[in-house]
Amino acid sequence: MTTMTSSETDKVEGMRGKSFRLPPALISYLQAAPLTLILGAFLLIPILMIAVVSFWDYDFAQMYPDFLTMNYEETLGSWVTWKTYLNTLKFAFLVWAITLFVGFWVAYFLAFHIRTTAMQMVLFLVCTVPFLTSNIIRMISWIPVLGRNGLVNSTLIKSGLISEPIEWLLYSDFAVVLAMVHLYTLFMVTPIFNTLMRIDKALVEAARDAGASSWQVLTNVIIPLAKPGMAIGTIFVVTLVMADFSTVQVMSGGQSASVALMMKNQMSLLQYPAAAANAVVLLVLVLLMVAGILRIVDIRKEL
Amino acid sequence: MTGEKRGREFYILAIFFAVFVLFLYGPLSAILILSFQGPNGGLTFPLNGVSLRWFANLFETQAVGDFGGSFRRSLMLGLMVMIVTVIVSLLAGLAFRRRFIGSTALFYLAVASLVVPSIIISLGIGVVFQQIGLQPAWYSSAFGAHLTWTLPFGVLIMFAVFNRFSPAYEEAARDLGATSWQTFAHVVLPMIAPSLVGVGLFGFTLSYDEFARTLMTAGTFNTLPLEIYGMTTNVTTPVLYALGTVTTVFSFLVIAGTLGLIVRLNRRRQQS
Repeated sequence: MTTMTSSETDKVEGMRGKSFRLPPALISYLQAAPLTLILGAFLLIPILMIAVVSFWDYDFAQMYPDFLTMNYEETLGSWVTWKTYLNTLKFAFLVWAITLFVGFWVAYFLAFHIRTTAMQMVLFLVCTVPFLTSNIIRMISWIPVLGRNGLVNSTLIKSGLISEPIEWLLYSDFAVVLAMVHLYTLFMVTPIFNTLMRIDKALVEAARDAGASSWQVLTNVIIPLAKPGMAIGTIFVVTLVMADFSTVQVMSGGQSASVALMMKNQMSLLQYPAAAANAVVLLVLVLLMVAGILRIVDIRKEL
Repeated sequence: MTGEKRGREFYILAIFFAVFVLFLYGPLSAILILSFQGPNGGLTFPLNGVSLRWFANLFETQAVGDFGGSFRRSLMLGLMVMIVTVIVSLLAGLAFRRRFIGSTALFYLAVASLVVPSIIISLGIGVVFQQIGLQPAWYSSAFGAHLTWTLPFGVLIMFAVFNRFSPAYEEAARDLGATSWQTFAHVVLPMIAPSLVGVGLFGFTLSYDEFARTLMTAGTFNTLPLEIYGMTTNVTTPVLYALGTVTTVFSFLVIAGTLGLIVRLNRRRQQS
């Protein structure tokens, strides 16, 4: 720089001036602005609004700004609410346990038993495609399979195993859990597959050379390294089940309840403040569960 | 594990995997077959003859509410959500490459958007619109509601992409005298194009199939999933399956088209 003449430095300055540059920090803020604005308008403000409305008064037609704890007292004071929460947690636990089991073995098979990357990708896509189609259609598709005259019952009757159709296959808690597992397993497979693919195969070789059996390799090497993927999958599955109302409504035939379904019913009766109080309780519960899981795993590192 | 002979573990897991795939596709194929049910057939097997009657039924307004209109709205909404998701996620992904004040908060806001129950967002946006005095509609409130679901996916994918993206390419381009815009357009963009197409696919399909978030925000006119959801309670003919078949085939076409595009982009990149 010291050898540059003044005219040369002027030229450099001139070029800088032409390709107009913003300070890097400002560029970052401009790039992050659309996301911030959209999430602010359609996530933060609506949630704050729900928190406010949950203290309002209402009648059959409209809401009145107020500061009442009545909505919370009614929600938390009723044993129906507690039963519904317990029922929802039961669904969440069952679906979580089953999807974790199924998801892990599917991901493990894809990551460690399929030898070529191309084949891995093809089989992974085979698992993914149904999840990009409509949830409701996939739910409905169980009706001709599980119904009273459905495939399962008619096959069992024809083979002489049973004489009467099994009633609890459809419109029962069993059907709800089955449909949820059907809908949500991919959310477990994908993150676990992702972490398994990143395990250095040399670690497995080393464990083998040191004399570990396949079972020991699995329990001492692979499962501990797959934990972050399992945690992320758990976040997905648990939050999806906790928020579910349609699967519970369609698959239980109205015989079972979930918190979100209770909210939906309150909403259709225009009892928004009551639904809002419920929403706040549900949101706090879900966020606590997620915070608990996030203590185990740092998502920013896992991406 | 990479040995010559497949062990017993492989065969057990292969069977497990096959059963899983059957579990995923079996019920779907059941409604695919049943949508060709004969005119007198019911909602379950056996097939009572074969006909296209239920597909024809789709276009009669008495049988299904408004199939054509709701399909058009869902398609438009899906495309709008797709475009905005791709652009906003790309920008946010670029922003997250540098640390800035509030970046962690914004990241966790995106994660929160993923875990907040969809019906709460639906209720919240519905109440906000009501209080401001705006009429909810599929192109305003439902559009925003869908973005809260598609954007976190897009942002997380872009975050993962840029985590693995080596700055060496950009440095090389800059050393060769490229401006920052040229570096972006000719170096960065072609390299991340397949991921962007993937984000677009997510944006479109998630919006096209979403209904919990649309429930309180769609306003007067239904989107297709809402129409189907309404039908589950009051339609007792295979027209429901015909509708399912049509939307599923449409989803499959979209997925196949997108994958084809990704493969082509990758191939072109390898050639150059």
